[in-house]
Amino acid sequence: MTETAIRIENLTRDFETVRAVDGLSLEVPSGIIFGFLGPNGAGKTTTINLLLGLLEPTSGRAEVLGFDTRTQPDEVRTRTGALLEHSGVYEQLSAEDNLEFYGRIWRMPATERQARIKELLSHMGVWERRKESVGTWSKGMKQKLALARAMLHRPPLVFLDEPTAGLDVMAAATVRDDLEALAAREGVTVFLTTHNMAEAERLCAQVAVIREGSLVALGDPDDLRARSGGPRLEIVGRGFNESALQLLRARPEVVAAEVQNQHLEIDLREETDTAPLVSLMVSAGVAVEEVRRGKASLEEVFLTLMEEQR
Amino acid sequence: MKNDILTVIWKERKGLFRIRGRRAQALLGMFSPVLLAIFLPLQEGVEWVQSPLSLLLAFVAPLILVGISIPDSFAGERERHTLPTLLASRLSDRAILFGKMITSVAFGWGVTLVLLAIGLVTVNVAHWGGPILFYKPSILLAGLAFSFLVAMLTAGAGVLFSLRAATAQEAQQTLMAVLLIPPMILQFVVFAIMGSDSGKARFQEVLSALSFEQVILVIVAVLLVLDLGLLMAAMSRFKRARLILG
Repeated sequence: MTETAIRIENLTRDFETVRAVDGLSLEVPSGIIFGFLGPNGAGKTTTINLLLGLLEPTSGRAEVLGFDTRTQPDEVRTRTGALLEHSGVYEQLSAEDNLEFYGRIWRMPATERQARIKELLSHMGVWERRKESVGTWSKGMKQKLALARAMLHRPPLVFLDEPTAGLDVMAAATVRDDLEALAAREGVTVFLTTHNMAEAERLCAQVAVIREGSLVALGDPDDLRARSGGPRLEIVGRGFNESALQLLRARPEVVAAEVQNQHLEIDLREETDTAPLVSLMVSAGVAVEEVRRGKASLEEVFLTLMEEQR
Repeated sequence: MKNDILTVIWKERKGLFRIRGRRAQALLGMFSPVLLAIFLPLQEGVEWVQSPLSLLLAFVAPLILVGISIPDSFAGERERHTLPTLLASRLSDRAILFGKMITSVAFGWGVTLVLLAIGLVTVNVAHWGGPILFYKPSILLAGLAFSFLVAMLTAGAGVLFSLRAATAQEAQQTLMAVLLIPPMILQFVVFAIMGSDSGKARFQEVLSALSFEQVILVIVAVLLVLDLGLLMAAMSRFKRARLILG
């Protein structure tokens, strides 16, 4: 496998008058979970369709596992797995038959196919229900089955288009756990689109943020948080007053300080010793209960990026 | 590609009799051909195996059966959101197209042959006169050819209508309407011609100039040309990019 799983160069796709993907360029290293983030209609699904060779780009090019998506789409699809916008499971068939069908498509030998089906369905905790018609299953179970299907033939790269969208909290958590465990165990590269920032923060080693088809940020979540929001100090306590806040705002290392529901949030200019700030609050009569250092969450970074692009 | 086609056939065959929510519709669709296969032989007796009457079954049965199964296979796959995942697999467009068409045609043609056999049994049981009655060879050959070609015609047209329809039901309704219009127009034309004495005489003159086998060959040739045209059209339109955008 190449060091770079996906290489996209100035990729553009128009649908009549609408530009869905606009000069997108990025590289996805092998062996990581790569988050592709963006609001609805940002061009995430179109990008996946372009990478799978299901759509031709209007201009630009993309390579997946070293194969050109325009001239070698069959090679790309032979080596990848996909869980697209919908689970795509056949509801009239059993779970076992769904995987059997795709195992045959990927030309897995019968014994290997059966062993792999058992391994994946057991891992997902649905082996006992393998003979049931999938139509009777919950949405979360169908997504698990779809995830198993995408991983069935041990592809080096899988595309997952919002795999936890529309699931309840519990179902989303189990699908996420399964995804994380499978990706780690099998060393597969995952191209994951989502607009669940907590999910991206937890799973992804790198993320790209797109808006209206264009890349607006790329990097690992820590870098993005550091880049888009400086260090932060949070003080929980009682007795916050205006004079204490004015003292705080006068300090050179403080960018902003706001109180909300007994929480004082202080944005700092840079990583600094925060003990003097806590002492200042105590001397100003604030009863400090808890002090936390932190950075902006990925969700805050995302919202900031979306705001900046407006 | 052969193995890929067989894989698609495997899946289609599994799903054929498990059309969720449409079982009643499928059974209703089967009802008319089965009724034809029993009622007409009962009523017509020996004529059923000696005259071209049984060809009516060879025409109607595959049209109804394939007319139900092919839209479900194509438009239904899109309606149930399973098509994009299938297109994202390593299967070629042709393997998917042929696998689905072969399954529907085999289903429609196979059931029609069973219905022709049921008609034969019905005649023999209800009108037993000693020796076992059997279809005239020319009728049997024509029945085999007709039913296959009509199944292919319905499948080809069904693919094209399914690509444009939002739902399987819409595709079924459009397909049936379009396929039943030409025979109805033909019927009106024949009735109009037969309405006048001169027209009737001319029609009978043309018919008497042709043998039964010649009429059959002309119909087979027309169906064959239509089948090939529709198959080519289906092959050129069943493309990934078009299906993803559809």
